[in-house]
Amino acid sequence: MNTHMSSTAVLPPAARMSNLWKSYEQGAIAVLNGVDLEVKQAQTVALCGPSGCGKSTLLHIIGGLDRPDHGEIEVHGRPLDANRNMVDFLRREVGFIFQLHNLIPDLTLEENCLLPAIAAGTPRHAALKRLEVLAERTGLQHRLGQRIQKLSGGERQRTAICRALMNRPAMLLADEPTGSLDERSSQGVFELLLELTRTEGVTLLMATHDLTLARRCDRLVQMRDGRIHEES
Amino acid sequence: MIFLRLIVVNLLRHRIRTVISMAGIAFSVAAMLTVVALLQGAIGMFSGILSSGAEMIVFERNVSDLFFSDVSQSAAAAIAKWPMVEHADPVLFGVVASEGHPIVTCFGVTATDARIHDAQWLAGGPQDFGRQDSVVLGDRAAQFLGATVGKQAQIGHETFTVVGIIRTRNGFEDGGVFMPINEARDFFHKQGSSVLTIKLRNKDDAAQFKADVHAQFKDLIALEDREFERTYSQFRILRATAWAVGICGLALGGLGVANTMIMSVFTRIREIAILRVNGFSGFQIAAVIFGESAVVSVLGGIAGAILGALTLVALKHIPALDGYVDGSLHPLLMFGVVLLALVTGMAGALYPTAYAMRIRAVEALRFE
Repeated sequence: MNTHMSSTAVLPPAARMSNLWKSYEQGAIAVLNGVDLEVKQAQTVALCGPSGCGKSTLLHIIGGLDRPDHGEIEVHGRPLDANRNMVDFLRREVGFIFQLHNLIPDLTLEENCLLPAIAAGTPRHAALKRLEVLAERTGLQHRLGQRIQKLSGGERQRTAICRALMNRPAMLLADEPTGSLDERSSQGVFELLLELTRTEGVTLLMATHDLTLARRCDRLVQMRDGRIHEES
Repeated sequence: MIFLRLIVVNLLRHRIRTVISMAGIAFSVAAMLTVVALLQGAIGMFSGILSSGAEMIVFERNVSDLFFSDVSQSAAAAIAKWPMVEHADPVLFGVVASEGHPIVTCFGVTATDARIHDAQWLAGGPQDFGRQDSVVLGDRAAQFLGATVGKQAQIGHETFTVVGIIRTRNGFEDGGVFMPINEARDFFHKQGSSVLTIKLRNKDDAAQFKADVHAQFKDLIALEDREFERTYSQFRILRATAWAVGICGLALGGLGVANTMIMSVFTRIREIAILRVNGFSGFQIAAVIFGESAVVSVLGGIAGAILGALTLVALKHIPALDGYVDGSLHPLLMFGVVLLALVTGMAGALYPTAYAMRIRAVEALRFE
C-alpha cells in the first residue's frame, strides 16, 4: 500500500471523515461531536488538543479499532464499515505507534518487529530483509537480538516505529509517540518518524500535546470538545 | 518460529503455573495408564485362566457369570468326540473360604489340563494329581494357607491332603486350589463343569465348531478366546470401569489446564490486544492459546506415560500383585493416552480461547 507523492493528485484521500460522533457509557460521555476531516495521502498531520478532546478516539476509529456511533469514514477511498476485512486492513493499510510503545517484553526487538509480518504471512526472508532496512534507518541494527527490557525508552519507541512500518502500511497512526520520552529522545524519535514517513511516502496522523513538534507537520489540526476547532 | 516463541515465552513466564498444570496432566495420565494396565492385566489373566492352552471356550448361554455356568458331562463327552476337536477339557470354577481368606478360587480340572501338565512343579509331580481327597496348590495359595506337600489343608469346610505345589504363568491361578474335576463336582455339588475349553485340530474350523455347538446344544454357546474376551460382560464392565476412572482423572487434569489457560489469557489481555493491533486474526490468537495448551498437555502426557510405566514396573515387583499387573504397555495405548491428554488440554483451552478471540483491542489497550 505504499503511496508516492507524485500520484497523490489522482488518488483518493488517505482518510475522509464526515460528521463523526462517538460517545461512551450509553451517551453519557461524548467524545466526538461531529468531526469532519480529510487527510491527503502522504500528508503529515498533527492532532493537538487537551486531554480527553477525542484525539486518541479519532485515531482508533481511523485505524479500525473502534467504530463511530454516527457518521461516515473512508480510508483509502473505501468505507470503513462492517463489509471491510478489518484484519486485512490492520495488517496492510495502517500501522500503530502508541505512547507506551506496546511491545511484548519477553520477545526480542527483532521478534517484536516481525509480528505484523507473521500475522500477514509474509515469507520469512522477505520480512527479515525489510527489517534489515528499517533497523538500519532507525539505528537499531545492532540491537536486534536484545530483549525489550534492555532497551532505552527511545530505542523502544524506534522499535515500535519499525514494527508499525513492517508491512509497508500507507498510513501511520501515532498516539502521543513521544509522550513518554525525555526532550532529547523525543526530538530524535520525531525526526525519525518524519524522515521515515517521507521516505516511505506514508501518511502520518499523530496525536500530540507538543505544539513544537506538531508545527513541523504538514498540517496542524486543533481539537476541542470532540470537534475540529481550527486548522493551520 | 516466532509463533512458537510466543507460545513458549508465555509458558516460561509463569514457570511454576506451567509445571503445576503439566503435573496435573501427568498424574492423571499415569493414573489412567496404571488403572487401565491393571485391569487389562486382570482381564488377560482371567482370560488366560479360561482358555489355558485352548482356543475356544464353551459355556452356558445367557449366564451373568461363568461361576453359574453348567455344561453337562454328556455335552462335554459328545463334543470331545467330534473329529475337529483335538481335546476338550472340562473346568469347574468354584469359590470357597478358608481361615483368614474369604475368597479362594478352586479349579476342578482333569489331569490332562494344560494348567496341570504345563505348570512348574515346585513340589510333588503331575502323577500325584487325582488322588482321592487331595489337592494341588498354587504357590501363592500354599504360602497364604501355610501348606506344604503331605500336610493337610482346610479348604472350605473340608480337609484335603496337599500333594503338589505348582507355579503357573498366571498369578491368579497361583493363588488357587486345583482338584480333580470329579472331586470338585462333589465338593461344589455340581453335575457338569463351568466351561469346556476346546483345542481344535485346525483353527480354521472355529466357525464350523460354533455353528455345530449352536445347532446341537441350544443352551450352550461357543466363542473364540478373543471373541470371549471382547464380549464377556464382566470384562466389559472392567474395561468400562478402567476407562471411566481414567477419563475422570484426565478430566481433572483438563480442568487444571483450563485454569492455567484462563489465567494465561486474563494476565495478558493487553498483549493479546497488541497482537490484534498488529494484524493477528482471531484464529491466529486461538492458535497461540491452543498451542500453549498443546505444549502443556503433550509434555504432561509424555511425563505421565513415563510415570505410569515406572509405576507399573514398581507394582510388578510387589509379590502380592504378581500376575495381576500387565506391565507391557502397548505403544498404541501410550499414544492413545497422550492423544487423550492432548484432546483434554484442547478442551480445557476452549473457553479461554473463545474469550481471547473476543478481546477488543481498543478496550484491552486501556487495560493495565
